[in-house]
Amino acid sequence: MQPIFKASMQTSLRLLMFTVVGTAALAFTFNITHDKIAASEEAEKLNLIKQIVPQEKFDNQIMQDILSIAADPLLGNNNATTAYRGRLQGQPSMLVMEAIAPDGYSGKIRFIMALQYDGTISGVRVVKHKETPGLGDYIDAAKSDWIKGFNGISLTNRSDKDWKVKKDGGQFDYMTGATISPRAMIKAVHKASQYYAQHRDELFAQQTVTPSKE
Amino acid sequence: MTTQEFKDIFRNGLWKQNTGLVQLLGLCPILAISSSVVNAVSLGLATAIVMAMTGAAIAPIRTFVPKEIRIAVFILIIAALVTVVQFMMNAYVHGLYVVLGIFIPLITTNCIVLARVEAFASKQPTLESALDGFAMGLGLTAVLAVLGGIREIFGRGTLLNGIDLVFGEVAKSWVIHVIPNYHGFLLAILPPGAFISLGLLIATRNWIVLRGENKAKEFSSAAVPAV
Repeated sequence: MQPIFKASMQTSLRLLMFTVVGTAALAFTFNITHDKIAASEEAEKLNLIKQIVPQEKFDNQIMQDILSIAADPLLGNNNATTAYRGRLQGQPSMLVMEAIAPDGYSGKIRFIMALQYDGTISGVRVVKHKETPGLGDYIDAAKSDWIKGFNGISLTNRSDKDWKVKKDGGQFDYMTGATISPRAMIKAVHKASQYYAQHRDELFAQQTVTPSKE
Repeated sequence: MTTQEFKDIFRNGLWKQNTGLVQLLGLCPILAISSSVVNAVSLGLATAIVMAMTGAAIAPIRTFVPKEIRIAVFILIIAALVTVVQFMMNAYVHGLYVVLGIFIPLITTNCIVLARVEAFASKQPTLESALDGFAMGLGLTAVLAVLGGIREIFGRGTLLNGIDLVFGEVAKSWVIHVIPNYHGFLLAILPPGAFISLGLLIATRNWIVLRGENKAKEFSSAAVPAV
């Protein structure tokens, strides 16, 4: 019994050692790349915002008119997110906010959406997703124009049953064989619109916050 | 290491034991990511770097790893190195990282990486192992590049589409429109196009090899004097 015990102890100790070294290497790389990654993601977000907010709809410094939105079930998130407010001649005109579709085919789909003051969607863009390449990833604006189907839609010009893919009796297109991703997106955008409708006035009344750098 | 060994390692990686055309390992990324040259070459090079790194990391410790758990240790090292590469790509070539997305972590599961470690790096010295991994990766990259080129030309009529993701905005003008006003041929972009193109590539390689063998035979039979 004794030699077997000794051998397996030795084996598991060596495996443990490799695990520790591996973890240390990962922690080290994470640390040195973290800031850079966060900065690239931020830059990408600003680029996206410009795509979905028409230039003529605001005349303020939209990137500086920031507020923090607390996590909400309607937004599908667990942490506070940053939102950007657009104003035209001092009057509230646009809100850009983040939300999450929790039930994508491969996990969460993070997106940002821009709403006009009256709640009409100005544009939606997926920021981060893991949907199947070539199948469910057409929700990504880089892959197809599907996401533009949200433009001009609001809670007032579409009834609740319209917020579904055509297969489920709604108004949205989908691609055969890949309905889970659009379903998740439509549901999440619908909910986020409801959030906006419920909270619009307090969102625009809130004080600007300086974004906290973690 | 002699020059001959050095040559053999590269000849094996690029032609004789080419991962894409001969060993037929790691077909999933080959088929999935070869829809354009830029994607294909980027993932190929990332794989080559990972393979060189794993070869170099595993060869020096090969005697220290207990035989029973070697596969677990190899996978652990491969996964850690792939994640390091993933962090680096996310930080320094973010646009490309977004495009390659899920396929970067999937390099870990590409069986060619483990296969080379098991077949070569666990038995050979460090430098040879790193070179072998790199040569195998380059062979894969070459196949991916040709496959990506074929699919991109037939599917979209362009070459180097998306190069701006690697080199920034300036590179947008580098895209070559091989066939102007091309409306696209979806089959080439979709997975069946990948299978068909790869099949044609393998057939071409076999044809070249067979032709070489036949010539050699003719030569040797001609050399024998007829009685």
